Amino acid sequence: MATTAFQKVYTKISQITKATCSLKAKGVGYDELATINGKLAQVVKIAGDDVTLQVFEGTGGIPTNAEVVFLGTSPVLKVSDQLAGRFFNAYGQPIDGGPAIEGREVEIGGPSVNPVRRKQPSELIATGIAGIDLNNTLVSGQKIPFFADPDQPFNEVMAMVALRAKVDKIILGGMGMTNDDYYFFRNTFSNAGALDRIICFMNTTEDPAVERLLIPDMSLAAAEYFAVEKHEKVLVLLTDMTSYADSLSIVSNRMDQIPSKDSMPGSLYSDLAKIYEKAVQFPDEAGGGSITIIAVTTLSGGDITHAVPDNTGYITEGQLYLRRDSDVGKVIIDPFRSLSRLKQLVSGKKTRKDHSQVMNAAIRLYSDAANAKTKMENGFDLTDYDNRCLDFAKDYAGQLLAIDVNLDTTEMLDVTWSLFRKYFKLEEVNIKKEFTDVYWGN
Amino acid sequence: MTKGTVSGVVSNMVTLKVDGPVYQGEICYIETGGDRLMSEVIKVVGSDVYVQVFESTRGLKVGAVAEFTGHMLEIQLAPGMLSKKYDGLQNDLDKMEGVFLKRGQYTDPLDGDRLWDFTPIVKPGVEVQGSDWLGEVIENSQTLKIMAPFQLKGKAKVKSIVPKGQYRVADVVAVLVDEQGNEVDVNMIQRWPVKFAMTNYKQKPRPFKLLETGVRTIDTFNPIVEGGTGFIPGPFGTGKTVLQHAISKQAEADIVIIAACGERANEVVEIFTEFPELIDPHTGRKLMERTIIIANTSNMPVAAREASVYTAMTMAEYYRSMGLRVLLMADSTSRWAQALREMSNRMEELPGPDAFPMDLGALISNFYGRAGYVYLNNGETGSITFIGTVSPAGGNLKEPVTENTKKVARCFYALEQDRADKKRYPAVNPIDSYSKYLEYPEFAAYIKERINDQWIPKVLDLKTRMLRGKEIAEQINILGDDGVPVDYHEVFWKSEIIDFVILQQDAFDEVDAVTSLERQEEILDLVVEICNIDFKFDNFLDVVDYFKKMINLCKQMNYSVYKSEQYNDFKQQIVAMLAGHK
Repeated sequence: MATTAFQKVYTKISQITKATCSLKAKGVGYDELATINGKLAQVVKIAGDDVTLQVFEGTGGIPTNAEVVFLGTSPVLKVSDQLAGRFFNAYGQPIDGGPAIEGREVEIGGPSVNPVRRKQPSELIATGIAGIDLNNTLVSGQKIPFFADPDQPFNEVMAMVALRAKVDKIILGGMGMTNDDYYFFRNTFSNAGALDRIICFMNTTEDPAVERLLIPDMSLAAAEYFAVEKHEKVLVLLTDMTSYADSLSIVSNRMDQIPSKDSMPGSLYSDLAKIYEKAVQFPDEAGGGSITIIAVTTLSGGDITHAVPDNTGYITEGQLYLRRDSDVGKVIIDPFRSLSRLKQLVSGKKTRKDHSQVMNAAIRLYSDAANAKTKMENGFDLTDYDNRCLDFAKDYAGQLLAIDVNLDTTEMLDVTWSLFRKYFKLEEVNIKKEFTDVYWGN
Repeated sequence: MTKGTVSGVVSNMVTLKVDGPVYQGEICYIETGGDRLMSEVIKVVGSDVYVQVFESTRGLKVGAVAEFTGHMLEIQLAPGMLSKKYDGLQNDLDKMEGVFLKRGQYTDPLDGDRLWDFTPIVKPGVEVQGSDWLGEVIENSQTLKIMAPFQLKGKAKVKSIVPKGQYRVADVVAVLVDEQGNEVDVNMIQRWPVKFAMTNYKQKPRPFKLLETGVRTIDTFNPIVEGGTGFIPGPFGTGKTVLQHAISKQAEADIVIIAACGERANEVVEIFTEFPELIDPHTGRKLMERTIIIANTSNMPVAAREASVYTAMTMAEYYRSMGLRVLLMADSTSRWAQALREMSNRMEELPGPDAFPMDLGALISNFYGRAGYVYLNNGETGSITFIGTVSPAGGNLKEPVTENTKKVARCFYALEQDRADKKRYPAVNPIDSYSKYLEYPEFAAYIKERINDQWIPKVLDLKTRMLRGKEIAEQINILGDDGVPVDYHEVFWKSEIIDFVILQQDAFDEVDAVTSLERQEEILDLVVEICNIDFKFDNFLDVVDYFKKMINLCKQMNYSVYKSEQYNDFKQQIVAMLAGHK
């Protein structure tokens, strides 16, 4: 972003902290961008002619006589079809060696969709993973995170979901991602021949932490271009939102704000909601495009009462948990704690009618197995039913819940029915007669 | 009017230098790049006036001009609001242009051109005071009153009133002469500053009339009353919203106002999609006809979120002044409290617990205090029943919003993670939850009249049994099935009967979702009968077997249409099962 002739250059910085610089300047707009010796910064406070700038890459090396130029806009992204297949940094500049994007400039972090112009989500996103499609069906226009410990394979599952989902564009927003994971995504997408559908905004652990505050808004500005103007189905992957929140707390700390729970800023809920609520299904009159957000919130030792997962849970439409099942030695989608709040909008409507009943029955029997296991561990005797539940649980986890299965929903239902028949009596599964008549068989 | 210029900006808090008097809470508009940003005064220090802006302040510069309006945040109240979808500042969302909400776009909350069939109910010469009923119009088959201006001081005489006919909301329908001899033109529009409670009634007695919601765990176990207050705290995923929607669909109210305050947009879209299709079980009309939605979802500006609950309450007070029964639901009051926290933080106030402002408790109690059952000046009654949800951080009920709400709300419906995990919905904890109204002698007298005098003792008996059941469950967990006497199992399974048959209810099943009071009475009597039998089983396996069968039959009965053949059939089977044990 070159300076133009008539721009005023300020050279007297009055205060420098780790993340901010202050100076006297006039005619500056709130949220406006500036460069300080070429480093990008944004106005976060104006008091009279004292202007405070947040410097994205940190203030190290900034002299008190640095050249400050105000750019007259808040952060922007150039949008056009050229975005497809490209990799960018947090400022929307290419990092793949390709040419700069030509297109219309849009301000990122734009306004919200009028709730009356939304459509109720109703289109199923098939992933082939039964722990998702069968038990926690995803719907386009939904926002849902994985709640996972850092050692769990959430990035792998997310890449798989993205590639299998029938969407027009996949936008990956990486925040504080390790370089290794970044290359994992690049290689996976490239091996799958999906690069032309991918747009990636990347902030790795090697980049300054504060920069990653721009990643979600950049990703969603691109998503809105394709969903609103091109009427496409867009899937946005945001990983990891916990490092985004950590950056928020760094900035608010440097600005002397009073922290609320877990050192997070008091505005955490609104900050996260502004991002997640960009998920939307547009009605046909508005082109029928959609933005679906699948995010990752890393937990510390599975603690979901921490402010980040807690606030996220109140915002998103459900959450998915991964767990290693010791019986089958595989990672499964935990059927107890995972939840998709929108699943009732599609299950039994866009899938076979017996979907809800079969899903609930299987989870109930799986929970009976968990009780039987506790009983066994406590040294109490097991009944015949308990033993059958335990056997069922093993097959259920291995053949359905494991993240390595790839079936369509009808196959998933058929597999579940076959497990019911193998281990239980008709009256033990507690399913409506109209379905057992058809699917129980002989 | 006073003018100001911007001298500082931090997020949505702006400092202005002003050239004249302003008052606390006054509304002003800041001009920036062609947009007018609505703002509210929240603090004054010398000539510095701090305002919170209800919109994004992106691009706002020092020197921008602000124009004060001379009034506080107020809304317009008139016929034509029912079925509408407003934002927190009463902009009609349907009238907004474009897919995205545009900054600085404000729309008319009323339909100025719509004609209303007005019928006068007073004659010239009559003496009236503020809020007295002058005439009627009908909106969506609901009779609404046109009232003397709320702000009218003292008495006034009706000088003239228009004959029955069609008029617009802004047309003058009556002329009053006040005590000073001034003529006051009256149209159908009232204005009211949302932060002030309307006290245009004679008396606010203790409420006593049961408000039927069709939800058994509420009506039978912890009833709420017309004009009562309640709150629903619960961690995410425990069914707060489903329960709130169930209540707003089924409650026996004339008007339902739903304030979606800082929650998910898709939940509001669900109401938009379903309510126009669903039928009010009490009147047979479309639910949307009696409903107003205030949607200030979590991604809409924070300051307007705070305003949204006040906007909703003021509308409720307007309808109460007409003698209507209003149900107000706010989901969630925690988001409102968080909006207060964000502002308090920016003003660098010394924080209270969890960084919430120190006056949080006072604000919450004043707000709940605006609900209530009232006798209007003309002797008629009206009510606002208020139910708020609370989203406690980390699911921990020892946090400021829950604690402060508990001090003022009379009903407590604690949603519990453990029950939700076990799919025991609604996940209202039967032991921690309470309704203070069960202790009101006024309520007991009313119930005796409406149902019978045995109802409350029976409910209290079942509550004790639930507690006893929980204690025994804990003992069985420690000592094992064989480690406790057989009749302990019986006591435990009786509490399971209460849980499965009365408390658990399938909000997604057409029949089970709503239970009439008559039917609830029948279920209660049946469960009490089962609980009072001394079964004398020989071993615990027999107990488990018997009660599992009994629960299954009772549930099938709950799923059957009341008094249908199927229903009677299941009931017969239950009676037969019990017969052997009497």
